[in-house]
Amino acid sequence: MTLDEAPLLLMLVGLAAYAVLGGADFGAAFWQLAAHGERGVALREHAYRAMGPVWEANHVWLVFVLVVCWTAYPQAFASIFSTLTIPLFVAALGIILRGTAYAVHAGTAREIERRAVDAVFSISSILTPFALGTAVGAIASGRVPVGNARGDLVTSWLNPSSIAVGILAVATGAYVAAAYLAGDAARAGLDDEAAAFRTRALGAGVVTGAIAFTALAVVAADGDRVGERLLEWPALAAVMASAVAGLATLEFVRRSRFEAARYGASAAVAAVVIGWALAQQPELLPGLTVEQAAAGRSTLVATVVGVVLGAVVVVPSLAVLFRLVLRGRFDPKAAAGEHPAPQRRSRRGRVPLARFAAGAAALGLPLMLIFDRGPFLAIGVLALLTFVALASVALAAAAAANGRSDEDGPESPSG
Amino acid sequence: MMSLPLLAAAPFAPVDQDYLYEARQMQALSFAVHIPIVCFGIAFPAFVLFLEGLWLRSGDPIYRTVAKRWSKVMLALFAVGVVTGTILSFELGLLWPNFMATFGEVFGLGFTLEAFSFFTEAIFIAIYVYGWDRLSPRAHFLSGVPVVVAGFTGSLTVISVNAWMNNPSGFTLEGGRVSDVRPLAALFGNDFLWHEVIHMYVAAFIVAGFLTAAVYAFAWLRGRRGRYERVALVVPLTVAALAAPVQIVVGDWAARSVARDQPTKLAALEGLYETESGAPVHLGGWYDGDEVRYGLPLPRLLSLLAFHDPSARVEGLHEVPADERPPVNVVRFAFQTMVGIGFLLAGISAVYLFVWLRRRRLPRSRWFYRGVVAAGPLSVVALISGWVTTEVGRQPWVVHGQMRTEEAVTGASGIPIGYVSLVLVYAGLLAAVVWILRRLAQAPVEVESGPRGVAPLLAGAARREGEAER
Repeated sequence: MTLDEAPLLLMLVGLAAYAVLGGADFGAAFWQLAAHGERGVALREHAYRAMGPVWEANHVWLVFVLVVCWTAYPQAFASIFSTLTIPLFVAALGIILRGTAYAVHAGTAREIERRAVDAVFSISSILTPFALGTAVGAIASGRVPVGNARGDLVTSWLNPSSIAVGILAVATGAYVAAAYLAGDAARAGLDDEAAAFRTRALGAGVVTGAIAFTALAVVAADGDRVGERLLEWPALAAVMASAVAGLATLEFVRRSRFEAARYGASAAVAAVVIGWALAQQPELLPGLTVEQAAAGRSTLVATVVGVVLGAVVVVPSLAVLFRLVLRGRFDPKAAAGEHPAPQRRSRRGRVPLARFAAGAAALGLPLMLIFDRGPFLAIGVLALLTFVALASVALAAAAAANGRSDEDGPESPSG
Repeated sequence: MMSLPLLAAAPFAPVDQDYLYEARQMQALSFAVHIPIVCFGIAFPAFVLFLEGLWLRSGDPIYRTVAKRWSKVMLALFAVGVVTGTILSFELGLLWPNFMATFGEVFGLGFTLEAFSFFTEAIFIAIYVYGWDRLSPRAHFLSGVPVVVAGFTGSLTVISVNAWMNNPSGFTLEGGRVSDVRPLAALFGNDFLWHEVIHMYVAAFIVAGFLTAAVYAFAWLRGRRGRYERVALVVPLTVAALAAPVQIVVGDWAARSVARDQPTKLAALEGLYETESGAPVHLGGWYDGDEVRYGLPLPRLLSLLAFHDPSARVEGLHEVPADERPPVNVVRFAFQTMVGIGFLLAGISAVYLFVWLRRRRLPRSRWFYRGVVAAGPLSVVALISGWVTTEVGRQPWVVHGQMRTEEAVTGASGIPIGYVSLVLVYAGLLAAVVWILRRLAQAPVEVESGPRGVAPLLAGAARREGEAER
């Protein structure tokens, strides 16, 4: 691997993670749309609950892919976004509607409100992966030329390959989501929901498999270069791996071994992304190889180093979040007052915050007014910020604490 | 890599775009929706953690009640911030492909690093909000700390890009292609970065503080003056009241940097056509192409403010060709709005701080509470005006002095359709946000004693001790 390809590898990791995790979030909403009646309400609530703690983090993978793309391969990014304006704008609107619907879902009280919010949520959750899928199909079938909106604004994404990949994106999300939700329900002891999602996972697995084969055939027939290469080594190996993982997942689901199914489904989706990448190389877009598209060396090095440093913080954090979720710590039944109440600490020996704050202000103000730049200005800025922080703590704590005996309060003065 | 012939730059040559103005409005609208929400992303976690800290220290359950209720608001607003922020990254490509294709490799690193702040925020905000009653109090408190830190690092990295657009460096531009790119120097070795970041960071506490305080000041005026309302009022109000006067000093620093490095923007702030020594400031009035009419002149003030020297020479707009000047009246009006509101907020803050320091109580006048209610929306107006000042003041450049905005725009058609769709979606979003906040506010306040119900006893003890001290 060369330095030019290194950011691409990072993007692929991000894309696979988004296809699996983001796809599962979209898929969960797909099942909400399909859920009716009293049992439907239970299924919908389960889907919201299971997604709640993780969907925002899952969504960040998409942003990660975009920012690495425009940093490391700026011309490819600009070409894709200008030609594929329509599907990507639709995806953007879908993302807004979806996030908003999720945010307001917690406040719904009446059935009619719940239905309206669910409808917006589900429809945008189908529209968004479909639109993103058509964009992938457009790139894979070589319909995005290099340049500012140089491709056809409509046929670039309204074509057999794009439609096939768009449908596949919705279907795989639904499949993965059903497997995840069955597992989450089983863990939370919701046996009815677990059984319901098990059935859905089995059905969706079969349907998704059929769609995947059809999509493969469509892309192979439609796309010139990438389509053919999908059926050649090494891309074919990834395609086969995906098929095997998909079948294995079906068997795990059938045996209600949902944890294994969770990883099997994830592997099946990730393998599709890898297969696409293998078929696509070495060109990102027609006439633009990875090497030609890559930014200068200093940018690539800075990006890779930045991502590695970021990963040192984020990967363990993600691990903590997923462990808490997968061990059921955020499930409703886990809420319990088993922790000791806080011990009030002695007030003795407390730092006279107000005095420090006044000192910081006295130091910071003149420095900031006198210096335009340099270390003294920096000290001044830090000192003034310190003043705001310390004075806030001291004042707000005191003002909040003495409310009981304040004359403005509802209670009579005592002191 | 950079060895493509010059012809290869042609794919991103400037295009004819009939709807450049609409494209700019679309981008501006998206920022105007996102930035006030960002303020809550930066400041609200700090408020919530502060309250939880008070609970941990005092055992008084009221702090926990406020913190827990606010954390739900925090999560809802974070969700809206996530999606409105994502749209901005889409729009960079959808609307300004030539800008991205040409300069992505110079400033992109800022956003790459921001993605990790975004990850950190998303992960820990979930752990924090879902972790009430499920993590130990100390672990729960600590899980909120990364959210506060990421709020700062996130704004630092994003604003590093804006600072670079205003004061670009760290690359060589030849024939429409950049070379010799030094991304770290471009983003973090930039004089504009620090005043922009600090100005925005302080603004976040002012906006989130006054907006939150406005809600409870309104309740106060309506006679709801319980302990819950009091805590929820004084914590954000105190922070905003301390930040607002400091913001004036930070703004002064920002203005001096603009005077030094973007003299054309400074001239637009005042509407100064001719280069002058001892230049005045005009309050109000209208710039009609060569001078400000009907404004109230304050002699020598511009020189004093911009260079801390009443007779300093200030460059006028005529120093640059007419097609390199920003739309003066927009910039000027936005700037005066921001500064005017900034002083008003500092005045309200001064009343609050004075009464507290002298009398150890809250102000009693209903006018004070009416002022706080007004300060909430006004602070948002000042925030947006500030961004209008710096962004419209940068025009006609997208990258100051390097690439004009019209050279950056997409060649795709249909911008008006996109603009109208976005307006409709954002109108829906605004309605939804107002609705959910009202819903969350309507939920009855239940003061939970917290785990095991031991805390109220301690709270009682703390109260008695507090009274004894006085």
